[in-house]
Amino acid sequence: MAQSSLKGTVVPEGTSGHRMSRRNLLRGAALGAGALTLPALLSACGDGPGGNKNEVTVGSNASDPVPKKAYAAAFSAYEKKSGKKVKVNTKDHNDFQENINRYLQGTPDDVFMWFAGYRMQYFAEKGLLHEISDVWSGFTGFSAALKEQSTHSGKQYFVPYYYYPWAVFHRKSLFQSKGYQQPKTWDDFIALAKRMSKDGTPVAFCDKDGWPAMGTFDYINMRLNGYDFHKSLMAGTEAWTDAKVKNVFDTWREVMPYYQKGALGRTWEEAGQSLQQRKTGMAVFGMPHPGTQFPENERDDIDFFAFPEIDPQYAQDAVEAPIDGFLVAKKSKNLDGAKALLTWLGTPTAENTYLALDPNNVAVNDGADTAKYSALQKKSAQLVSGAKQISQFMDRDTRPDFASTVMIKAIQDFIGNPKDVDGLCNSIERQKKTIFSSPVG
Amino acid sequence: MALNIPRRAGRRRLRRFTRRDTVVLGVLLGIPVLLDIVIVWGPTLASIGLSFTSWDGVGDIHWVGGDNYKNVFENYPAFWPAVRHNVLWLLFLGLIATPFGLFLAVLIDRGVRFSRFYQSVIYLPVVLSLAIVGFIAQLILGTDQGVVNTILNNHENPIDWLGDAHLNIWMMMIAASWRHTGYVMILYLAGLKSVDPQLKEAAAIDGANARQTFFRVVFPTLRPVNVIVGVITVIEALRAFDIVYAVNKGRNGLELLSVLITDNIIGEASRIGFGSAIAVVLLTVSLGFIVTFLVQELRGARER
Repeated sequence: MAQSSLKGTVVPEGTSGHRMSRRNLLRGAALGAGALTLPALLSACGDGPGGNKNEVTVGSNASDPVPKKAYAAAFSAYEKKSGKKVKVNTKDHNDFQENINRYLQGTPDDVFMWFAGYRMQYFAEKGLLHEISDVWSGFTGFSAALKEQSTHSGKQYFVPYYYYPWAVFHRKSLFQSKGYQQPKTWDDFIALAKRMSKDGTPVAFCDKDGWPAMGTFDYINMRLNGYDFHKSLMAGTEAWTDAKVKNVFDTWREVMPYYQKGALGRTWEEAGQSLQQRKTGMAVFGMPHPGTQFPENERDDIDFFAFPEIDPQYAQDAVEAPIDGFLVAKKSKNLDGAKALLTWLGTPTAENTYLALDPNNVAVNDGADTAKYSALQKKSAQLVSGAKQISQFMDRDTRPDFASTVMIKAIQDFIGNPKDVDGLCNSIERQKKTIFSSPVG
Repeated sequence: MALNIPRRAGRRRLRRFTRRDTVVLGVLLGIPVLLDIVIVWGPTLASIGLSFTSWDGVGDIHWVGGDNYKNVFENYPAFWPAVRHNVLWLLFLGLIATPFGLFLAVLIDRGVRFSRFYQSVIYLPVVLSLAIVGFIAQLILGTDQGVVNTILNNHENPIDWLGDAHLNIWMMMIAASWRHTGYVMILYLAGLKSVDPQLKEAAAIDGANARQTFFRVVFPTLRPVNVIVGVITVIEALRAFDIVYAVNKGRNGLELLSVLITDNIIGEASRIGFGSAIAVVLLTVSLGFIVTFLVQELRGARER
């Protein structure tokens, strides 16, 4: 960081004094400098220990307590079954994502947690991932859509583990006490939002983290213009200056007056807590977001409805359901161990072990045990299985450089100043052109 | 010869550098020079080189000429706000926080009651890293759970101290000044303590009032401290990073050049060429200050 400075190689100024003692001093300083710098240089070259065939390392971004505990249980189940050791290195969720490039080029763990779709394919294209088609050939219970999300140019790289749908979440009890009805259409949704705002429990909204509002953009886009348009917009083939995109922002603006004020200063955790404290009425969220902010005994009170229909042509066909799972780094030291672990992680048992402790997600494998599902999990599974198309999320469906350096700012700018849609779309399109013209890999 | 002693001295001067001396001096000069080249100039030149390329950190490096600069200046909405914020930061620290630190130093130096206590309390924030100051600012200024909004009790329409793009940069500068003021105060206190009291007495005898004494007599004698404080203020303004990064990753009204560099180079994006171009802009601005400072210093040294 900017504050660090190089210390330790202090060369004293030559002042007048006894000749011999000065020379001794200088010699001492030279030795000191060498002693300080040499080991640092040497240790930078070393590779560290590795290659223990009985130990497989896992790079984890599951820094939140609930998933962390659930993963620990899953890995210890594997240890018990296989007699091998799993060493988990957990990093902060966001830090892990931001450092992924250096992580994969440095000394990555054998297996690491990541996301399906474009966000995985991008790194496969760069040659940073190890192909695991042989592991996939042994898998059962994964749908064709899942396989597609795990594939890059005909080869499989990704083992899906669970997913969670995005929808409009709320407290069941609040809806009952106020007599709110779950809306089906956009007009009903706006009417409900208006009523909530009048009742002093506005629609929860947050975008300090930069990504939560992307969910709303994706949904309005898919309801207005369909899944195919979303796909090609994210792939950079459609123009952001298209009237269809401007229409998304214009439609979004209709609900903005009924949002909680100050969205850009609010984290998703705070928004989730406001839902729990009944200070807000509903929120567009992924399933774990309210789930992890509600105390355990109140989780039964969480309910959701699918994002309302805007254009009947596209109805509620598409569901945004990001898939999380595992990848093998190209630089993995214990490839066999990694593949053995992945083989197990692709089984229904592995998913059951995890979901028993993290009920905020849904299993991807058809063979997973759904009997112990909560009502919310069952409803989520239904929502996704009834979907005609499944999208991932804006920052998973497009290039990471575009999502992080252009779209985060663009959407925050829109929330701060919802009026200037033309200027915003022009700016996004210009930046998109420069970014998508730079090659991958 | 009669002039034996001076000749011996002359020979001694000639032989002052034995081979051993040369080796020792060579090594001792060589190590810092090598470190300087490897740690400072190497990366600097590499950044300048990379700023003319497109590179994602993994694959091939593609030469793109001045495209990155064109994009930075014309096609990157965050760039000009970041420049504005850096300038604003410099002006705020230079025109408000630094003079305020001097003001506090003068007050304490004149011997207000409990001056030791004030001195410690005002200096206390300096021991905190700016990132910590950022976390403290969040606790105080958060929208829903912050101290200020809780006291104001404005649930209906909370003031979005850190989310409102027109407001948050000021909050950040105030928080940064909280720390900067203490730093400046301590430096000036040390300077003021070393001002010869006889100067003030002489000024008083000549009939100068307190204001005149300070501005005409005391302040000019603080020149060495002024230079240091000036340098520190410029450095703090240009390297401002951790506080806004801790608050909202330097987005939405808190863009700074340092943040844009980090976002483009280090994040998942890895637009290394593009980020390097921004880094070169920051380098150019820094060089402007460094060169001005060095010229001033060298000229001053020659005059002295």
